[in-house]
Amino acid sequence: MSAARYDAIIVGGGHNGLVAAAYLARAGRKTLVLERRPLVGGAAVTEEIFPGFKFSVFSYVVSLLRPEIIRDLDLPSHGLQILPLESTITPLDNGDYLGSWADPDETRRELARHSPRDADAAVVFGRLMHHMAMAVKPILGMVPPDPASLAPADLGGLLRLGGHFRSLGPERFHALHKLMTMSSADYLDEWFEFDALKATKSASGIIGTFLGPRSPGSAYVLLHHYMGEIDGAFRAWGFQKGGTGAISQTIARAARAHGAEIRTGAAVERVLVRGDEVTGVALASGEELTAPIVISGLDPRLTFTKLLDAKSLPAPLVDGVRRYKFRGSSGKVNLALSGLPDFTCLPGMGPHLRGAISVSPSLEYLERAYDDAKYGEFSRHPYMDVVIPSMIDPQMAPPGKHVMSIFVQYAPYRLNGGWNDARREAFGDAVVKTLARYAPNLESLILHRQVLTPDDIERITGLSEGNIFQGELALQQLFFLRPVPEWAKYRTPIRGYWQCGAGTHPGGGIMGASGRLAALQILRAAS
Amino acid sequence: MLKTTPFHPRTSALVRAQTWRRWAGYQMASAYDPHPDREYAAIRSAAALMDASPLYKYRIEGPDALRLLDRTITRDMTKLAVGQVYYTPWCDAAGKVIDDGTVTRVGERAYRFTSADSSLRWLHLNAHRLDVMIEDVSESLAALSLQGPLSRDILSAAAARDLAPLKYFRMIEGAIRGIPVSISRTGYTGDLGFEIWVDAARAVDLWDALIEVGTPWGLTPAGVWALDLARIEAGLIMMDVDYFSAHHALIEARKSSPFEINLGWAVSATKGPFNGRRALAAERPRGPAWGFVGLEVEWGSFERLFAAHGLPPQIPNVAWRASAPVYREGAQIGYATSGCWSPLLKKSLALAHLRAPHFAPGTHVELEVTVEHRRERADTVVRKLPFFDPERKKA
Repeated sequence: MSAARYDAIIVGGGHNGLVAAAYLARAGRKTLVLERRPLVGGAAVTEEIFPGFKFSVFSYVVSLLRPEIIRDLDLPSHGLQILPLESTITPLDNGDYLGSWADPDETRRELARHSPRDADAAVVFGRLMHHMAMAVKPILGMVPPDPASLAPADLGGLLRLGGHFRSLGPERFHALHKLMTMSSADYLDEWFEFDALKATKSASGIIGTFLGPRSPGSAYVLLHHYMGEIDGAFRAWGFQKGGTGAISQTIARAARAHGAEIRTGAAVERVLVRGDEVTGVALASGEELTAPIVISGLDPRLTFTKLLDAKSLPAPLVDGVRRYKFRGSSGKVNLALSGLPDFTCLPGMGPHLRGAISVSPSLEYLERAYDDAKYGEFSRHPYMDVVIPSMIDPQMAPPGKHVMSIFVQYAPYRLNGGWNDARREAFGDAVVKTLARYAPNLESLILHRQVLTPDDIERITGLSEGNIFQGELALQQLFFLRPVPEWAKYRTPIRGYWQCGAGTHPGGGIMGASGRLAALQILRAAS
Repeated sequence: MLKTTPFHPRTSALVRAQTWRRWAGYQMASAYDPHPDREYAAIRSAAALMDASPLYKYRIEGPDALRLLDRTITRDMTKLAVGQVYYTPWCDAAGKVIDDGTVTRVGERAYRFTSADSSLRWLHLNAHRLDVMIEDVSESLAALSLQGPLSRDILSAAAARDLAPLKYFRMIEGAIRGIPVSISRTGYTGDLGFEIWVDAARAVDLWDALIEVGTPWGLTPAGVWALDLARIEAGLIMMDVDYFSAHHALIEARKSSPFEINLGWAVSATKGPFNGRRALAAERPRGPAWGFVGLEVEWGSFERLFAAHGLPPQIPNVAWRASAPVYREGAQIGYATSGCWSPLLKKSLALAHLRAPHFAPGTHVELEVTVEHRRERADTVVRKLPFFDPERKKA
């Protein structure tokens, strides 16, 4: 059999794998993407789970898709269409709500209703966060230099970064240090008094992480939200028409337009290695494909210990991967609805239904939700980030009907007694019941319910322990430590074998940065 | 006092931030939300409903109606079938554009003529000795523009008939909930879309019917700001913004021929006598002195201008209408007249007049931009119009 030869094979058609494929194909490399599932996208997929209703099954908003990728791959011409997701409301237990709207004056007036002091503080806080995000943003676009290394590329990168941080000035540098070390609750306590505001803001610091708002290190992730705002012009934060799967399809079209080949239903069993050099991949079907470059878009555990024989790898690397924290902590509930939920705090149809609805009434509420998970149970009253995609893109559901996406935290991967069908449904019930406290008609609208636990996320997408970021975005596994020290630049000890998933710098969200940086490193190494 | 359109009772109740602007002497919503993001998104993603009533509208009827129109416009009227619509400019005797608009053949000898500016005098001048009736229906005929990828689904449901057979730039008569309307597959967004013409007395009923039917499809009322973004992406010119009417220009240099504003395609080379024929016939072989083209600002260059001040690029969410000089190799070779950040294409775009020979697509020029109070020049590439041209527009 004379199998087709490729310059590069990418294992896993998640969005990072597709981005890497597009960049490699654009540089003239004969590139093949192999995806186990019948559709590309990984955790960024849209599926018609219930007839006529399209769910962004896992990932549900575009977070930080890099503007340079949008431009380099000309994604708008391939179908990128990010629609505005303009508001957030937090229903309160007293029947009131806290709103954040598209218009800054409306937002300020709304906040002043709860705390005039916070309304002023929010403006100054926003400015500081802008500066912090500007400080961190260059890092997203660079291969992380290793401070322990004396290699010229590392020194050059560190020098650039050092100069960058010096230019911040002491005030901003100190603020950045606090952000890097504090808990989001403590950090926000320094600024604000209104509990629901702090809770809602802190929620972005705990998403996808097995931490509570009072856990140190959770403040840093707050920044990610503001990084989206710097790129505001690109509407990098919003809702892709057709759901997140349409983003994956867009990137796939760009990759194909550059000549990349994409095969679905093609599960890679293992990566083939001769000596310390990669030679290709073996599929579950028995087929073998050869290529001098193989890139894994899978998470670090799968990349190093499933696709490879761990015995062929240096012990510190294997140990680092073993200790790398996944600890999936979130679940997802997708609902097909016959009509719109009626929120007690804002009855009837209104602009709040076109934005996010955050179930985060107080810091204590969130911390208690975490407490349940700490001891191996799902939160009885979880944090939820709810959106109604059909209000933003009516084509997600039949006219007049709706889909609701509920991101839920916490649902620990290691549940006491393990996950099973009964526990999954109990979790789904807890979610719907908690949300129905704020929108009593919700239960009567449900036509179909899809409940996804971390166990389901792992089973369907392959993401280890169901962690949506291919590993926690915790400081000890970010930047030059992601996924493990010394192997944070997309390389592996196997020559020609590379990593490009969110388990590498800079991490998760539909950012594409890992895929792009990996591809650029590969191209640089070849030249 | 500005006038209000027949839809005012409905539109005025929706304008949350009292953002009004004028259009042909009418008070029009700039946006219903404080900013146009969502209204614009509706045009490109679902459907938007826009009041187009300030257009000037004329009913032209009689044995010589065709002769009058053929004498007036630059396109060949003899080829316009019943139920067909032309978009066309019309010129003065020197071949300079007076206005642009549409001509619809609503019957064997009956036409609807729309224009940006009042055209009554010009039509009467051209009707000298012709057996034709010209009726100004600007106020008695209201117009709604229903634009966007789902516009056909909504209108088919509202009109209780499949509108798929209605082709691009064709029109039909029909009814929506018993309200007699005329529906044309036209618009000012470069997207799939329709314009619906209705007796002003039934305007509010029509609005209510469309909103009721369209809401489940995401139908969103949209104002002029959203429309302005869409029309720039579609490369559609606006009189007295992108070019001066020959009837308004105070100096000759401000006038443009159709060839100079990207409407050369609408000038018939074969038809009989019409206003400007001789001048245009002379201009055609020698080529226009100016080209009207798209400009696309190169992001890297734009970003660097802001980064020099420690700023991320600052981008307005509404279109600009101003004259911005365009340079090539240090010399000014033209000017941009309007532009916007395209939320869809993720590009900074402008419409510009460039002198020959600098308007070939791909030419690298520089657009003047103001960054942190300083005049700077951003690297810019000449593009063919339209910037955005989806298949669904004509499909």
